[in-house]
Amino acid sequence: MSTGIGERVLRKEDRRLLNGQARFVGDIRLPRQWEAAFVRSPLAHGRIRSVTKPAGLEDRVFTAADLADVRPIRAESSLPSYNPSDQYPLARDKVRFVGECLAICIAPTRAEAEDLAERVEIEIDPLPPVVDALKAREPGSALLHEDWGNNLFLTTFFDGDIETLRKTAPVIVEREYSTARQCMNPMEGKGTLAHWDEKAGQLVVYTSTQVPHLIRTGISEFLGIDQGQVRVIAPDVGGGFGYKCVLQPEELSVSWVARRTGRPIRWTEDRREHLVAGANTRQHHYKLTAFADERGRLLGMDAEITVDVGAYSVWPFTACLEAAQAGGNLPGPYDFGIYRCRTWSVATNKPAFTPYRGVARPGVCFAMELTIDAIARAVGREPSEVRKENLVPAAKMPYTNVTKKFYDSGDYPESVAQAEKAIDLKGFRARQAAARAEGRHLGIGFSTFTEQSAHGTKVFAAWGLPLVPGYDQAMVKITPSGSVEVRSGNHSFGQGLETTLAQVASEWLTVGTDRISVVMGDTGITPYSTGAYASRGMVMSGGAVSKAAEVLAGRVRRHAAHLLQCKPEDIRLAEGKAWHGEAHVGFEDIARAWYLRPDQLPDDVETAGLEVTEGYKPDIDTGVFTYATHAAIVEVDPDTGRVAIEDYFIFEDCGRRVNPLILEGQAYGGAAQGIGTALFEEVLYDANGQPLTSTLADYILPGPAELPSFRLGHAETLSPYTRHGIKGVGEGAAIAPGGAIVNAVNDALSPFGVELNSLPATPERILGAILRATPETEAAG
Amino acid sequence: MKPAPFELHRPSDTALAARMTGGGDGTIKPVAGGQSLGPMLNLRLTRPAGLVDITALPGLTDLRETATHVEIGAAVTHARIEDGACPEPIAGMLRHVAGGIAYRAVRNRGTIGGSLCHADPAADWITALTALGASVVATGGTGTTREIPMTEFMLGAYRTALRPDEIATAIRIPRHSPGARWGYHKICRKVGEFADAIAAFVADPQTRVCRAVFGSTGGAPLVSPVLAAHAARTGTPADLAMVKAELGRSGLSLGAVKIHQLAVAHRRAVAEALSDG
Ligand SMILES: Cc1cc2nc3c(=O)[nH]c(=O)nc-3n(C[C@H](O)[C@H](O)[C@H](O)COP(=O)(O)OP(=O)(O)OC[C@H]3O[C@@H](n4cnc5c(N)ncnc54)[C@H](O)[C@@H]3O)c2cc1C
Repeated sequence: MSTGIGERVLRKEDRRLLNGQARFVGDIRLPRQWEAAFVRSPLAHGRIRSVTKPAGLEDRVFTAADLADVRPIRAESSLPSYNPSDQYPLARDKVRFVGECLAICIAPTRAEAEDLAERVEIEIDPLPPVVDALKAREPGSALLHEDWGNNLFLTTFFDGDIETLRKTAPVIVEREYSTARQCMNPMEGKGTLAHWDEKAGQLVVYTSTQVPHLIRTGISEFLGIDQGQVRVIAPDVGGGFGYKCVLQPEELSVSWVARRTGRPIRWTEDRREHLVAGANTRQHHYKLTAFADERGRLLGMDAEITVDVGAYSVWPFTACLEAAQAGGNLPGPYDFGIYRCRTWSVATNKPAFTPYRGVARPGVCFAMELTIDAIARAVGREPSEVRKENLVPAAKMPYTNVTKKFYDSGDYPESVAQAEKAIDLKGFRARQAAARAEGRHLGIGFSTFTEQSAHGTKVFAAWGLPLVPGYDQAMVKITPSGSVEVRSGNHSFGQGLETTLAQVASEWLTVGTDRISVVMGDTGITPYSTGAYASRGMVMSGGAVSKAAEVLAGRVRRHAAHLLQCKPEDIRLAEGKAWHGEAHVGFEDIARAWYLRPDQLPDDVETAGLEVTEGYKPDIDTGVFTYATHAAIVEVDPDTGRVAIEDYFIFEDCGRRVNPLILEGQAYGGAAQGIGTALFEEVLYDANGQPLTSTLADYILPGPAELPSFRLGHAETLSPYTRHGIKGVGEGAAIAPGGAIVNAVNDALSPFGVELNSLPATPERILGAILRATPETEAAG
Repeated sequence: MKPAPFELHRPSDTALAARMTGGGDGTIKPVAGGQSLGPMLNLRLTRPAGLVDITALPGLTDLRETATHVEIGAAVTHARIEDGACPEPIAGMLRHVAGGIAYRAVRNRGTIGGSLCHADPAADWITALTALGASVVATGGTGTTREIPMTEFMLGAYRTALRPDEIATAIRIPRHSPGARWGYHKICRKVGEFADAIAAFVADPQTRVCRAVFGSTGGAPLVSPVLAAHAARTGTPADLAMVKAELGRSGLSLGAVKIHQLAVAHRRAVAEALSDG
């Protein structure tokens, strides 16, 4: 049976992951290892007067004063209006969010380290907290970084002739939208274990990261150690979602202490640290004006986007990626010509913004999709009809949109048509009317998006980032026993890359994936890759493995031709063997000849051997675009404000599906997170910037009972620009649920004249809106 | 999230256990399933010098039945009740309430007594057992016991009538007649979550006992004889406006959404109890 591209191969990694045999940072124990706990700021904003170590235990506690030689984390950007921030791994002078690290304490156990942390005395003079990004934008606000003179990491402006439209457009729809601050909640939080390896002369850092090679660069740069003296190993990683794609201040502190004390030091983030100091994503505000004709055809859009970035600019992706992406991606899959957009990336007293699965698009998709439905209501038409008419038609592909995004291929309106059919839109409208007559409130919602994946060199360079991805490299080799080893500097933290990269190698070499091992995550033994983010793994690392495997297959053919006494072009690879007609040699024979019995090979043998490293990037640098339509049917209980999802369908086109089984898993997981965004998850702060949702009793994640049985449909429009026509897709399903579900909720609530425009759509918000709209409501109980 | 150091005791004599908890100026606490206390210890919101594990005390995991009462040992877990191990004072209600608490892993350890003594306003047992007219049996350091009716047991959020040297040893629930009806409705964000609103309703036509209780009101459960009488008299729940007016008179400061949810929970609980299904 083939285990190549397109096969539903079971995930190689699941044997250990599902049997409790994985090895996470928390599972590793080194001789003499101690544990660390951090002293964290209890205030959102303040000036540090003192941090005092407990008497007699000074050598177990380290403060900013000890880490004097550590450079602050500073992510530069070449964008013109950008203000960089300096984030010391242990705060100096000021604290800027609740949970910011002030000191690191070490002890034989975590409990003892926490006892020690309690005894560190801190004195902080409170400063006015900056909690509301819209207010923080304005002059007169308290400042996080005084030397800037404002709270703006970045402002961008994309101009278009909106003023004419304002006078001429038949339909104008204006809305404000907001999305909540969220925590990504991977099952495994952050975790780092560092020690100094005297033999290698290296600081060895086991860390739970998506980007081991980047972390190596970061540790080297900010601790001032040569990169040759740093080895970063990402062991099994229990979920990343973007949370672990940036350099963590804790990674620097733990590494520094390990180096200083000569002792292996480990810190693992607990859930409370995560919910407080990791509350760092998704919070956007939109002010949109859409212009349309009488049928709802979009003519143009005017947007103001404010991103609540928090206190610092993360390295290497900066505080700007989110707003830059939001501004660029808001027009999404739609075909219209006039666009004006202003964005603000605002500093507030909250943890530093980090891109989360979908990066900016869950926000822009929510805002755009609600606007499409609002336009449809304004012109009195079925929203999905209006949606289809506004999407880029297949005939216009490839299409360059109003923000100069290059959509390579696909049929966007067809994805809506497929969703309408699968969810039975026509039948639903009849059911909905019947249910309303019984006092039940059903609603339907659609949401369509494009997902720019595997953004290339030029895209990142245009964002002005300090590190720009180029060629991703991979190594493929045949071992002496004829099995195959793949090495990639990318990492797998649940996406199944360990299996899909093996499938790509299998496609060329025809060896079964059970005989292909994939090694990732260790900078000491893998070729360079900037890592796993931006749905780039399958396209970039998959492409690199494909290229290396192709070259290797050519070498196998040449060796085999010699052994079979024929021409290389007459050799066919199948079932892990090289065939010439009926005659064949196995990979084990070819490997044995090269490694163990070179006497069987000719004198002019190809000396490069059975090991190939290749670099790859797609033919275009602008990314390849996956797209999808989500459709949801919900029932809203207007007495309790609860939303039940009755049906949920996803139609997705991500080019060649390397492993449909894994893709389905990615869709389920992403959509589950999107439902969290849509209905449950919200970090709340009081006026002092104190987080009110610091446990999972307050920060509500959806559980199995809150999730529908997702139904899926697929198209495969191959990208003309990537190896095998693959497009990235890991993030996709998390993008659309907010739009689909809230459109459905608003459809259900239309008899009440109620429209929800903020996430999450909690019972409190829904019921509150209904009660305000119908103060004397007398619905049946 | 690790607790501050504490000493763990596991006595096998109830009066001794009560003396231990009474002797530490409030710094020594009982622990049962640890499902509420554990998180508070880990967050260092409470830092007792010692914990007295009461789950090994004689009789605390017993289930007894008399002609008039069902008696549940304080350390009986939600899971055992959910699984039907406990005699029902009224058909099926205890199983129903137990099965709606948290999720199975919590129910495997969490106890009915721990839930009452923790006195979280949003918890299920305090409201359900108030509606059933139950009482808490408390044992003091001298070995003497007293019975505290549920209506006097919870004084406010996280406050009970137990003295420091008293341990809740059992819950006594009067048996209801075979024709008795009950309804219990919990509104919460997701399955097994603490409630945003709870209403319980119990009506026993033979004994003419009828109780309507609201939970998750921010304090002790709210008992409404007015609404109970209305339902008993008319056989239908009061309309929302009437329920809201009654809640308004309670003096609790509740938001509009909360009041609405409580009123809806009440209507549903009553409708459930009085329906023929
Ligand atoms: C995730 C989660 C979800 C939950 N959801 C719900 C829910 O939906 N509904 C609900 O009702 N509850 C819920 N709970 C709480 C759960 O029911 C607990 O089991 C219960 O509240 C406490 O019982 P325990 O035996 O674990 O008590 P412990 O945690 O051991 O003790 C709680 C308190 O009571 C005291 N105490 C315990 N036993 C006695 C005794 N016999 N005498 C005197 N004092 C005593 C302790 O000193 C402590 O102060 C949830 C808990 C968790 C962790």
